[in-house]
Amino acid sequence: MDKAFAARRRRDLMVAAGLVIIAALLPLFVRNVYIQNIMVLTLMYTALSQSWNILSGYCGQISLGHSLYFGLGAYTTALLFTKLGVLPWFGMLGGGIVSALIAMALGYPCFRLRGHYFVIATIVIAETTLLLFQNWEFAGAALGIDIPIRRDSWLTFQFARSKLPYFYFALALAAVAWFVTWWLEDSRWGYWWRAVKDNPDAAESLGVVVFNSKMGAAAVSAFLVAVGGSFYAQFVSYIDPDSVMGFQFSLLMALPAVLGGIGTLWGPMLGAVILIPLTELTRSYVGGSGRGVDLIVYGTLIVLISLVRPQGLVGLFAPRRKVAAP
Amino acid sequence: MTVLLETSGVTQRFAGLVANSDVSIAVSRGEIVGLIGPNGAGKSTLFNLIAGVMPPTQGAVVFDGEDVTRLPAAERCHRGIGRTFQVVKSFETMTVIDNVIVGALVRSNGMREARRKAHEVLEFCGLDARAEVPAGELVPSEKRRLEVARALATGPKLLLLDEVLTGLTPVEAQTGVELVRRVRETGVTVLMVEHVMEIVMPLVDRAIVLDLGKVLAEGRPAEVVRDPKVISAYLGDRHAVGA
Repeated sequence: MDKAFAARRRRDLMVAAGLVIIAALLPLFVRNVYIQNIMVLTLMYTALSQSWNILSGYCGQISLGHSLYFGLGAYTTALLFTKLGVLPWFGMLGGGIVSALIAMALGYPCFRLRGHYFVIATIVIAETTLLLFQNWEFAGAALGIDIPIRRDSWLTFQFARSKLPYFYFALALAAVAWFVTWWLEDSRWGYWWRAVKDNPDAAESLGVVVFNSKMGAAAVSAFLVAVGGSFYAQFVSYIDPDSVMGFQFSLLMALPAVLGGIGTLWGPMLGAVILIPLTELTRSYVGGSGRGVDLIVYGTLIVLISLVRPQGLVGLFAPRRKVAAP
Repeated sequence: MTVLLETSGVTQRFAGLVANSDVSIAVSRGEIVGLIGPNGAGKSTLFNLIAGVMPPTQGAVVFDGEDVTRLPAAERCHRGIGRTFQVVKSFETMTVIDNVIVGALVRSNGMREARRKAHEVLEFCGLDARAEVPAGELVPSEKRRLEVARALATGPKLLLLDEVLTGLTPVEAQTGVELVRRVRETGVTVLMVEHVMEIVMPLVDRAIVLDLGKVLAEGRPAEVVRDPKVISAYLGDRHAVGA
């Protein structure tokens, strides 16, 4: 039985490695910059949703305020670069650490809330922070921050002429987020988180300190999302509060995981690969007058999923479990 | 025999209702002690106070020579108090083996050891064939056994069983009784709340009867069931007169 478990873990790892290789070769065939752009976004949302999934999927603390950490990552990187000349690589690390610390500071009061109250708190906090940033002069207020464009370089992580470096970074980020999840899944934390999600009282009786488990999940989740935000700031090279901290990011992190399978290893990736190209394509084909059509697409998908397959699409790929005699 | 668990003068009030009043009990190492009493006697409250769900209003809980009165449940689990819940609280979306691994992590270095221990405990409890099944798919008697397995996996010195034999068929209950005996043989002390007298009385070394939040009687099962105070608490005064 242990062998079967180890084999399953190895198989997941092999499949992931295979997918990374395939993805890495894709730009050889896809020269269209518009499609490349969609691929970058798909990989970024894979990473973000995977990170969101750690707190909300595995640990069961549904957050609809993760745009906060995304924005903090973007702002930390952009501010450090424009004000102090700190390279974005350190900005990413800094943004991750800032977000993880803030996630724990917010978790301290919020993790005492259960169910819907927690969700509402996450939305309110993210929206409040958005307002603060819209009025914070030092950070450019509502005008945002223009990241000065210099020569294309890995040092400053700026590439005006090619999407490919961003593509490979986004791929690495998605791979790391997946791997962290894979690794945590069979660690103490992974078991604690799932126990906390299913039944906090029972978890506590089995020696799990529920509060600390949630704090750990929040910190890891926020760190990774902030790195994604830092990446995004470099990718678009101009940020303002709405474009990096808006509620739509919270949704776009949650939806792929929900669509693909919340609290599963493969769900976020599967969901992102379906959802992100779909929304990008509808947005561009329906055109400027169709603002909001992508939202209709989300809405339809969510309704369909909750009606037809509430456990997510990922189960469609799972091998059928052999049923042992009772 | 040395004392493993002692409560002294434990009182618990809930907004005017006194659930436990000045309860002092002691459990020795290696014993199986039954905690019985009519509905509303305060058995579950006492259990929760021992397990650390909440601190008592007054009094102290001493476990293994240390005052644990103010310690939270998770910490008490690490000290060696394992418990089951009267209303089963399985981790429904997790497999049976994963449920038990959560408990096994308390005293394991690394996942490999936790997984091995969890398998051993499942085998001990006769659930190994169901290891890969989601806990939500178990039948009620299996869920009860899973509760026991999970608590055992934490490597407790004291196991608190909250009505694990209630609501089972006679055959299932007999299997449960055997399991509790085998648990004691491994050196674990057992304190169990139970309703079904004819099952629990032959099993326990000693019975403590609670009524209206107080200790009513205490002693060997055969003596306790003949105690007029106990009969009157269960059946009313009329029946006690004849005894």
